[in-house]
Amino acid sequence: MVNLQNWRRPLESLVLSGGAILVGLLLFGIFCALVGANPFAVYASIWKAAFGQWSTFQNTLIRAAPLMLSFLCTALPARLGLVIIGNEGALVIGGLGAVLMGLMLSYGNLVPSPEQLAEPLGMSPLVIQIAMALAGMAAGGLWIMAVGALRHYRAVNETISSLLLNYIAIALLNHLVGGPIRDPASLNKPSSFSLAEAVMLGNIPGTRVHWGLLYGIIACIISYILIQRTTFGFSARVAGGNIRAARIAGLPVGKLTLIICFLAGSCAGLAGMVEVAAVQGSANESLNVGYGYGGILVAFAARHNPLAAILISLLVGGILASGGILQRTHNLPDATVLIFQGLIFLCVLYSDSLYGRFGIFKEKPMTAQPPAPPTTPGQEPVVIS
Amino acid sequence: MSQKKLLGITRRQLVRGLLATSAFGLTAKLGSACSPGNNATTAAGSADTAGGGEEAMTVGFIYVGPKDDFGYNQAHAEGAAAMVAAHSWITLVEEASVPETTAVAESMRSMIDIDGAKVLFPTSFGYFDPHILELAQEYPDVQFFHCGGLYQDGVHPENVGSYFGYIDETQYIAGIVAGLSSQTGKMGFIAAKPIPQVIRNINSFTLGARSVRPDATTQVIFTGNWAEPIKEAEAANSMADQGIDVITCHVDSPKVVMETAERRGIFCSGYHADQMSLAPNGYLTGAEWDWESVYTQLLADIQSGKSLMNGDIPHLLRGGLKEGFCKMSDYGPAVSEEAKAAAEEAKAGFMDGSLVIYKGELKSNTGATVVQAGQELKQQDPVLEQMDYLVEGVIGSIAS
Repeated sequence: MVNLQNWRRPLESLVLSGGAILVGLLLFGIFCALVGANPFAVYASIWKAAFGQWSTFQNTLIRAAPLMLSFLCTALPARLGLVIIGNEGALVIGGLGAVLMGLMLSYGNLVPSPEQLAEPLGMSPLVIQIAMALAGMAAGGLWIMAVGALRHYRAVNETISSLLLNYIAIALLNHLVGGPIRDPASLNKPSSFSLAEAVMLGNIPGTRVHWGLLYGIIACIISYILIQRTTFGFSARVAGGNIRAARIAGLPVGKLTLIICFLAGSCAGLAGMVEVAAVQGSANESLNVGYGYGGILVAFAARHNPLAAILISLLVGGILASGGILQRTHNLPDATVLIFQGLIFLCVLYSDSLYGRFGIFKEKPMTAQPPAPPTTPGQEPVVIS
Repeated sequence: MSQKKLLGITRRQLVRGLLATSAFGLTAKLGSACSPGNNATTAAGSADTAGGGEEAMTVGFIYVGPKDDFGYNQAHAEGAAAMVAAHSWITLVEEASVPETTAVAESMRSMIDIDGAKVLFPTSFGYFDPHILELAQEYPDVQFFHCGGLYQDGVHPENVGSYFGYIDETQYIAGIVAGLSSQTGKMGFIAAKPIPQVIRNINSFTLGARSVRPDATTQVIFTGNWAEPIKEAEAANSMADQGIDVITCHVDSPKVVMETAERRGIFCSGYHADQMSLAPNGYLTGAEWDWESVYTQLLADIQSGKSLMNGDIPHLLRGGLKEGFCKMSDYGPAVSEEAKAAAEEAKAGFMDGSLVIYKGELKSNTGATVVQAGQELKQQDPVLEQMDYLVEGVIGSIAS
């Protein structure tokens, strides 16, 4: 009986999500046919460009990596019933914090003089990298924790405040790299001083994918265990389900809010650290390219489930990776990839409303026993018939 | 039970869906941006077979925004299209709306590996370091031409080249036309960031205007970023309210600025590409890139066997009006004969090298002398590329 209960629910998710993606693909095919491209050739190209060969699959992985980390910034607070969309801001602040820490430890100065540049302090790159990661996580974490604190103590709407904090973060980045920490040599693209080659993270050996992918997968798995398999996660889900009941039960709602928000922000902050330490090498406006907003998308499509998010990130990464080939081979406009994304996600989100509507996935009512309470309160969609 | 449902969707789900859908709009920078049917350029597909024993070659272009933005990207895309029209042996592959991250590295790699591109033009300034530099080391037989003038001899790989134009010459001429067309003598400049390239355009525009109307002023507003359509429109409106009657700009897409100026019934002067169609009444002229001539010439050199690696194509290509790197838009209907004559005279001065924009004594708008009396800074002078002052007559400051 227990086994039966266990397999029906995952199967329902699998069938509904898979079906939604298929319907999305079908609609996209119709779109392609309407603008004059052969849908089957387009499907084949997308497959080839996103998943077909190891070389092109790496392209997908590269694009998926930052999404996995920035996704958690929305997904973790969602368990508490908070809708936080400050991913972009936390990512930018995390990247900024990491660069500042890296420069400080490498040269002893945020704006190193030529002598300091010529003679680094000589600290071990590993120590600097760990410190940069911690700095990025702390900076991003505090950024989102402020949102949680405003929510908890002053009842400020967390969605609005986190969204507005994005703008502040981007403005802060532009101000700092345009003035106080600007490398005078970066004339027409204001940037901070660059990190030394030795402290850059580099790629996973044998690939061109940076370590952010591994961090993302690990962070998603840890988050899954934390939320689903620990008392802490259970308290968070209870508070997310009914905050008054949680208070009456004596759960420390304030503490939970702050900790979860900190963890959420630190994931996005880590994504920012990876972006500067593995890709850009310095802080500049290229930090702010929309990975944070992409994370929000993944969070809603994955229904805030960290394991599903790994797959959804790969899907989004694949869609983005195929954008180029759609333009080049099929002569489709550059907005096509957005339409593709939009159709797939609308279908996935719509499928959300179909949960519990198919009898085959319903658990058989047990005779002479009251129906079992849901195994994971607060997680399944509200079904009122 | 009490919840109203539409298609089986509860209100909560609807709100959630809307939220996520709006997140798409925001992810636009991630993958691509909305641009309706940019079908103009890949005429190459049909023209790839080479005639007369010429070897076919694939050339890739990458843009940071949509190809029809009436600005920076459109200028490059038009240049690419014209280049293909002139060289039928070239197959053009293009990608638009590619952000300055690993995405551009992947686009270049894919063009090389899948399409077999031998020459790449990644056009956005921020593509250079680290993305182009890394790919150039990995693919030493592919030539990378980058727009921006960042190449450093001996530091960067030898299959990388850099080109850029002294477009401030055309801004100077546009300033002359603006100065002679303005009723109030007050002009406005909407700029993205206070960086040397932009500052140089502001200063040249102002010096042009003041060369024919010494009391002319230029109010400058920095929006902070390359694409801020809302701030650009606000800036244009507030300038119109202040009595400014000629507006120009240096942002990625001048579309909003031109349309706003036209709606307010004042003059505007274009940038990057031709925007006459956006402001048929008030468009005076504009400072445009002339990538057509640059790209056509470069590919002609490559066809004749020259390359960056052999050293017979210079790694740093620069030029102004004379070298065909930039050009003026056609004059709009409101430009007087007197203004046209003055503009043509300045143009002739640039063509024969007799006109120098930055010469002493020149003061900044804070009163400091920036060019000593008797000193002449020619276009190519590297000092000008570190410009960090606004000249007398500019209202505004670059302190961030």
